[in-house]
Amino acid sequence: MTAVAAREEVVRARAWSPAWISQRLQKVLLHVVVIGLTVAWMVPAIGLFVSSFRTFQDINLTGWWTALSPPFKFTVDNYSSVLSSGNLAHSIFNSFMIAIPATVIPTTIAAFAAYAFAWMKFPGRNWLFLALVALLAVPLQLTFVPVLKTYVSIGLVPQNWGFVGVWLAHTGYGLPFAVYLLANFFRALPSDLFESAEIDGAGTLTVFFRIVLPLSVPAIASLVIFQFLWVWNDLLVALIYVGGTQSVAPVTVTLANLTNSLGQGYHLLTAAAFLSMIIPLIVFVSLQRYFVRGILAGSVKG
Amino acid sequence: MRLIRLTRRVVLAALAVLVAGACAPGASNNPSPSGVHGGTIDIIGVWSDGELDSFNAVLAPWEQQTGVTVNFEASRDQDAILTTRVAAGNPPDLAAAPSPTLLNRFAQQKKLVPLENIIDMNKLKSEYAKSWIDQGTINGHLVEVFSWASIKGFIWYNPKVWQQKGYTVPKTWSDLIALQTKMKGAGDTPWCVTVNSGAATGWPGSDIEKEITLGQVGPDIYDKWWQGKQSWTSPEIKGSWQSFGQLLGPGDSNVYGGANYIVNTDFSKVGDPMFASPPKCMMLNQASFITSFFQKAHPELQPGTDFDYFTMPSQNSANEGIRVGAADAFSIFHDTPQARSLINYLVSPEAQEIWVKRGGKIAVNNKVPVTDYPDVVSQKIAKDLVSNTKQLKYDAGDLMPTDMKNAYWQAIVAFIQDQSKLDSILSGLEQVRSTAYTS
Amino acid sequence: MDLSLLVQDVPTLVVVIVAVPAVLAAYIVGTEYLVRLLPDKLRPRVRPWFWVGPALILVTGFLVLPTLGTVVTSMQDRDGNFIGLLNYQHQLGGFPTGGAWIAIRNNVYWLVLYTLFVLFFGLILAVLFDRVRYESIVKSFIFMPMAISSVALAVIWGFMYSYQPADAPQTGTLNWVVVNVFHHAPVTWLSDTTVNNFSLIAAAIWGITGFAMVILSAALKGIPGELLEAARVDGAGELTIFRRVIFPLMMPTVVVVGTTLVIFALKAFDVVYVMTAGNFQTDVLANRMYKLLYQADNPGGASAVAIILLVAVIPVLIFNLRQFRAVEARR
Repeated sequence: MTAVAAREEVVRARAWSPAWISQRLQKVLLHVVVIGLTVAWMVPAIGLFVSSFRTFQDINLTGWWTALSPPFKFTVDNYSSVLSSGNLAHSIFNSFMIAIPATVIPTTIAAFAAYAFAWMKFPGRNWLFLALVALLAVPLQLTFVPVLKTYVSIGLVPQNWGFVGVWLAHTGYGLPFAVYLLANFFRALPSDLFESAEIDGAGTLTVFFRIVLPLSVPAIASLVIFQFLWVWNDLLVALIYVGGTQSVAPVTVTLANLTNSLGQGYHLLTAAAFLSMIIPLIVFVSLQRYFVRGILAGSVKG
Repeated sequence: MRLIRLTRRVVLAALAVLVAGACAPGASNNPSPSGVHGGTIDIIGVWSDGELDSFNAVLAPWEQQTGVTVNFEASRDQDAILTTRVAAGNPPDLAAAPSPTLLNRFAQQKKLVPLENIIDMNKLKSEYAKSWIDQGTINGHLVEVFSWASIKGFIWYNPKVWQQKGYTVPKTWSDLIALQTKMKGAGDTPWCVTVNSGAATGWPGSDIEKEITLGQVGPDIYDKWWQGKQSWTSPEIKGSWQSFGQLLGPGDSNVYGGANYIVNTDFSKVGDPMFASPPKCMMLNQASFITSFFQKAHPELQPGTDFDYFTMPSQNSANEGIRVGAADAFSIFHDTPQARSLINYLVSPEAQEIWVKRGGKIAVNNKVPVTDYPDVVSQKIAKDLVSNTKQLKYDAGDLMPTDMKNAYWQAIVAFIQDQSKLDSILSGLEQVRSTAYTS
Repeated sequence: MDLSLLVQDVPTLVVVIVAVPAVLAAYIVGTEYLVRLLPDKLRPRVRPWFWVGPALILVTGFLVLPTLGTVVTSMQDRDGNFIGLLNYQHQLGGFPTGGAWIAIRNNVYWLVLYTLFVLFFGLILAVLFDRVRYESIVKSFIFMPMAISSVALAVIWGFMYSYQPADAPQTGTLNWVVVNVFHHAPVTWLSDTTVNNFSLIAAAIWGITGFAMVILSAALKGIPGELLEAARVDGAGELTIFRRVIFPLMMPTVVVVGTTLVIFALKAFDVVYVMTAGNFQTDVLANRMYKLLYQADNPGGASAVAIILLVAVIPVLIFNLRQFRAVEARR
């Protein structure tokens, strides 16, 4: 990355000069702070991770840190119990079937709408936009009955339409945030981009697909991450619109059923938490390469 | 009157069955009406994991016989899911609820299918105590049936420890109080109590309190109490809270860990200090299901030798033998041949004994023989139910409107935290009573 | 066994991967084609409605209409009779401890502490991580709590806040520190009313900071490197650069994240529901609404609480309106 290289050149001072030493110290301090904060942040998760390798009896009687000193008695029983719960593989598949469209649809529709809100002029634009943001505050529980009533009356139930009902529901619920986030990023794009494109005679579609979308990749990537995550971790919306039957249950439903009605089996949640985290983390890590500086800078020049 | 009366007559009938056909209970009649072949049934229940395995084992013979496919939806948030699905006109065919609170509400809204023409009532009346049938009858229709129960008011202890320390099972309330004093004198902590249970925090304490209430004021005032016709500030109710306080001791000094431990610790861990070595408390009060938690956390414990129970003595000896119980309730929302067949199957002894044999449940149908129970302690419970129980009253909390029940649970927590506030706690409950019952 | 089930699902798979994006692409290309058929002057007037149309229709169906229904329900009793503002009176009467007031007080704690701390941590972490080569690794760690479901969050923080009597070994991380490092009696983090709201808020902050960090970081990456270089060449210190260059450029995004967090704080539910369920005076409005709706069979009261929540958002919206008018004025 040229920007980083340039920065190093500009600020490099002569070796062992006072300025050089203070820069080095700052660097070390930076690493200490960054790593220190990260480790502190990880403590609760480390506790969970260690506990996931302990037996139910041990978890109950002693703190997780006691497992870190001898005698070690780690076990993978919790993981094998979770992995052997019959429906896991199929419910992971169901979760993908729910989460992929429930991410793609709202992201796409939100991108269309956000572009219009940011760069097209139409009456009531600001008020519509504000109303959309306000809808973020609607408690979803209150929408379940009217929406489900409509679904039932038009036959949009899993038996006929599979996951279509839950895709649309997640889209409706996810759109306010998605439009809000994307419109903010789109609005921040320099207006001369659009002017030059218009001079070139490019149509709206070309501007949108060739200029706006590529330049907003970090924003879109973060939106995709969050929408996917929310849908992936959702339990209530899935239970309402898909139900908890094994053939259609997503992974959250299967994992919630690891504990019985009296709360027995909660120790399995330690292992389940790590297993259910794997997919969202893969999504996050794989989309991270889109968070790079210079996308915008390069295109402005070009 | 929603009394659950296991009269002597029923006891004799049950014993007769026990003697006559312990090996082939009810083999004479077919529980599922003929004519159902194939199709599906949607069930919503709270069971999962081991409980669901047991329920599936119950269903297996029925599925085989009828060819019906069961779609079971397990959900912990039953309040939310069932309320929404019923309101939206999309209920399951059959619901299995851990308490009748929610089903009672649907019954009032006339969403449940009356069962009196679906179930063979003569057979039901011969196999079920009248009170279980009365319990499920709302506005003149039988809309809920019960299959498996748990009995409350059991005091659990470790017989080995008691023998070693010379403690004996108390027969009367004053024996119990004397025993407490003796334990404290010997440097032992009498009780373990833990009441945390997430959204339902307080219920384990309310179980102790309502058992005391029943034993102290008797079934008539108990009924008036949950029906909202008995003031919380009345001397009777206040007196039973004070007796609860007597067990807890001043500032909860009779209980291991004190108030902070009681309200912060999950009810499932109540036995841990009692089974620690050396034991940190001598006894605890919890319903019959708690044994499965004992054995899960301490697999080495043997029923009968490492843990046993006695029933909480009543303050008023006239009320001795009247116990509090609760049960899994079933209702149907859609009158389909499959649902008809299944509900008939679920009230049969054939269905109920399958889960009884797997442990953790007590059958409501009195044709299920005592020998079906898997260990000495559960057999003792089953026998106790038949021979020492004059009356079984349904859990008062589960019968109160939800607002009242939640306030009751929270009041239990507040009382444990500061017993001196009893008067203001009770007048707070009295305020809730004034609004909770209107509708 | 699972494989056979998967094979049955192949049609679903095809629909998911092919049909869904195809329908969406066809929609926008098709409508643009239709717009092109119009006379030149009409096009800019019609086009926006095709672009915002799908979003408006969906939010109308899933959110606006149910909300209008909520307004109606909030003025009805259980049996659907009109009772005016009685439900609101029940929720807002009895100040300062009756009705919904404990929940409102707690929501104010949430609003202030949760929003400020998450913004602060999110910004600090985004800026600091931007300067190290192993950025993507440390970001993944901070992000991780986001990927944990609320039930698992309760388990994790259960290990943090667990309480044992003073004479027993502590099993909770924080109480271990309190007892062994500060030699203080163990604290009941979740039932002691002087700290429990803050315990819950801390758990929620831990869970959501990754959200703020990721979005703020995306905005940070949008700041042209040349701008920062120019400032550095001019000899500005890093703090000055942050204050004078980075922060103003990130302001619109800070407003978006801040607004979203304010709304999340008002809607705070999961952490409270799974950890204390509102006991010990930790109730919040969303949890109160949940209890009224599903447990107390009081949809009117629940609706009134929801409308109170919506009204509370209005000041934030006004702030937003000003903010994006300012952005537009600048370009």
